[in-house]
Amino acid sequence: MAGGTDMTGDTATGGPPGGVILSFRDVWVEYGDKVVLERVALDIAQGEFVSVVGPSGAGKSTFLRLVLGQEGPTRGQILLDGTELTPECSPDRGVVFQRYSVFPHLTALGNVMFGLECAASPLLGKLLGGARRRAAREEAVRMLEAVGLGHNLDVYPAQMSGGMQQRLALAQALVKHPRVLLLDEPFGALDPGIRLDMHELVGGLWQEHGLTIVMVTHDINEAFKLGTRVLAFDKRRHDPHAPNRYGATAVYDVKLDRKAREAGPPAELAGVVT
Amino acid sequence: MRLVNIKPARGVRLLIAAIPILAVLIVYAVFSTARAEANPNDKVLPTFVAMGQAAVRLFTETDPRTGEITALADTSASLWRLAMGVGIATLSTLLLGIALGVVPLVRAALGPIITIIAVIPPIAVLPILFIALGLGEASKIALIALGIAPYMVRDLAGHVAGLPAEQFVKAQTLGASTWQLTLRVALPQALPRLIESLRLSMGPAWVFLISAEAIASDVGLGYRIFLVRRYLSMDIILPYVAWISLLAILTDLALQTLSRKAFPWAHGGGH
Repeated sequence: MAGGTDMTGDTATGGPPGGVILSFRDVWVEYGDKVVLERVALDIAQGEFVSVVGPSGAGKSTFLRLVLGQEGPTRGQILLDGTELTPECSPDRGVVFQRYSVFPHLTALGNVMFGLECAASPLLGKLLGGARRRAAREEAVRMLEAVGLGHNLDVYPAQMSGGMQQRLALAQALVKHPRVLLLDEPFGALDPGIRLDMHELVGGLWQEHGLTIVMVTHDINEAFKLGTRVLAFDKRRHDPHAPNRYGATAVYDVKLDRKAREAGPPAELAGVVT
Repeated sequence: MRLVNIKPARGVRLLIAAIPILAVLIVYAVFSTARAEANPNDKVLPTFVAMGQAAVRLFTETDPRTGEITALADTSASLWRLAMGVGIATLSTLLLGIALGVVPLVRAALGPIITIIAVIPPIAVLPILFIALGLGEASKIALIALGIAPYMVRDLAGHVAGLPAEQFVKAQTLGASTWQLTLRVALPQALPRLIESLRLSMGPAWVFLISAEAIASDVGLGYRIFLVRRYLSMDIILPYVAWISLLAILTDLALQTLSRKAFPWAHGGGH
């Protein structure tokens, strides 16, 4: 697989769409006696938009934290571009949370420039002027324009609506060009109308930038509308006397073509997702 | 309308706030006048006129023994001690509080000992400070710093550790190192809280200053009050107390203004 000497280049790092970017190999997560995830084995290809659904407590968030590097697997391996992940966050995986994704003490522009400044200035984490700052500023402004915040550069998050804050969080993450973008119920706190706008924005950004996205959501319709692939996490086995005995895994994994996306979620998933 | 729903307008608010203050002043004026009429040499309730005269004397006349104006010498000595003590406390709070809040290893190592230090009544260690540092300025400054720093450190560490974990994760996904995270995520959000806890600590800081001055000093606001107490000089004590209150109010206003100007995002928006 990845790391090989395949001359077509399809499986190499940064290759064209279709190459495996993220690979789970028999991954288990256990907290003491409690098994959260068991036997998770799946590959995510570059350019996929993976929606992750499942009932509360079925390990959706744990799955996301694994990819993010907030925690590591108890057993098994997670590979990003063929290299095993260390349990630490890094700029190759961007994230947008449901809340608290942006820094309240920075303006919109400051929030987006943050990632660029960290890379450019190890000591201060801030560019104080000159050509490098101008270049970073321009890049940040372009990103803010792409998410529709071109007229709100100097606004603090507290003055923004929930939808604007999530737009800002997207711009902030995308300016680093992450290999994988993780969305943790990014639209859960938004009004239905705003949510539709955000679907359009995320769908557009995904196509334009050729992103690979993993999105955890409670909204099954959203999962089918946006995703090219839907993963449902749940427990395969259940011991009523020891509810923590068995962990959840991807019980449903289907790639969606255009027709399936328009048809929406199948009836069999109704029982899986709350 | 229910009492809880009656919200006074600005003008009304100022008016009803003035009533109790005026009432206190009037009651005092009535009683002090009555006592002065009965006994012109009364020292316990000096009239406003007597206090005014004493205050003018303290703020304008040079003390022949020291060659300085008494109230100004006292004020500058006290404010210098206060500034040094509070400054040291604030600086160490900034360093310790952020380190404790950001780095779990530091929290594990230093959290318990700071908790222990925080429960020691500072005045109880004043004799130790006098023995170790002598009766000069160092022991007074140390008392103020030791008196307020543990609370401030714990407050700031708690605040920084309580910042949403999402922010720290996000910063790392944007490439921030521990240092950059501290400098650009934790520090700016710690500063308004530091000012807030400093404002709350100024009261105790004054208590420690005046205690230290009362016990061993030859100049200072606290020293003066406790010195003239021997002569029942209420005409000096009361203006001094008023002067200390005024200084405390001005300090608080200055800190509040600083926080609003420097950190608009922490006070409900930037406009």
